[in-house]
Amino acid sequence: MTWAALLVLAGCAYAMKAAGPLLLGDRELPPRWNRVLGLVAVPLFGALILVQTITDGNHYVIDSRLAGVAVAAFAVWRRAPFVAVVVAAAATAAGVHALSG
Amino acid sequence: MSRIGRNALAIGLATGAYGVSFGVLSVESGLSLLQTVAMSLLVFTGATQFSVVATIAAGGGLPTALGNGLLLAARNTAYGFAMAPFLRGSLVRRLVGSQIVIDESTAMARSQDDARSARRALLLTGASVYVFWNAGTLLGALAGDAIGDPAAFGLDAMFPAAFLALLAPQLRQPGAPRAAVAGALIAALLVPFTPAGVPILAAALGVLAARP
Repeated sequence: MTWAALLVLAGCAYAMKAAGPLLLGDRELPPRWNRVLGLVAVPLFGALILVQTITDGNHYVIDSRLAGVAVAAFAVWRRAPFVAVVVAAAATAAGVHALSG
Repeated sequence: MSRIGRNALAIGLATGAYGVSFGVLSVESGLSLLQTVAMSLLVFTGATQFSVVATIAAGGGLPTALGNGLLLAARNTAYGFAMAPFLRGSLVRRLVGSQIVIDESTAMARSQDDARSARRALLLTGASVYVFWNAGTLLGALAGDAIGDPAAFGLDAMFPAAFLALLAPQLRQPGAPRAAVAGALIAALLVPFTPAGVPILAAALGVLAARP
């Protein structure tokens, strides 16, 4: 990798992150806009959970991650604290991973 | 330690473990120690960084590596807009704050009940992930292949579990459950056919299902 390519990558990645905060700035937005901003990340998280749980590249894969996330879903439903949810998910997935070797 | 601080620390530690993996893979793919460390400091968006070094390791050219990597980074644009209300203030604050707009910090901020907690969660999570991701990268780049597979520790399940826990409170907003399901469905349909990054990016259209 060349340094030039690395700096182009860093510049583009940063521009993507900064577009919202720079364009919207300190402006007070109409309530409708605030509702949209409050919701825009929601479908991305829905997608992220699906992709990180049952896919690998272009394939669907069922493995220890699904067991971990299923336990997490139960823990979330039972209103467990965040740290308990992620630790339970990791412990379950590690156990299944070890058993399925 | 406050609840937000504890959660930020937990997610920071988990990303730190992946930072170690990234450091190892990056050096193996031929990047120098300095380039590896610089990429985590400057690019700071994990999925993109893994994709770039994996493409280079597989013999793909730089344009392919950058193109694939930026497709994965593009969703941060949506996060930037979602986080803009919590990144107000001087230009310098907005410029510095923008660097920590990623999956984890956005999810943590959006799961809070009020704007003040959301801002605190964004900054604490972003700072925690930044510190541990970069420390992990340096450690991995120095230590080489002496570190285990994150999947053996269940860390690969930890991230979707964390996003699930952070999505749950957001589903109280009107239309949010529809938007979340629509996003997951869009991604599910695209996964077999598109480069990585596109399914999650296109899922943003799921917001239309909420009719905001």
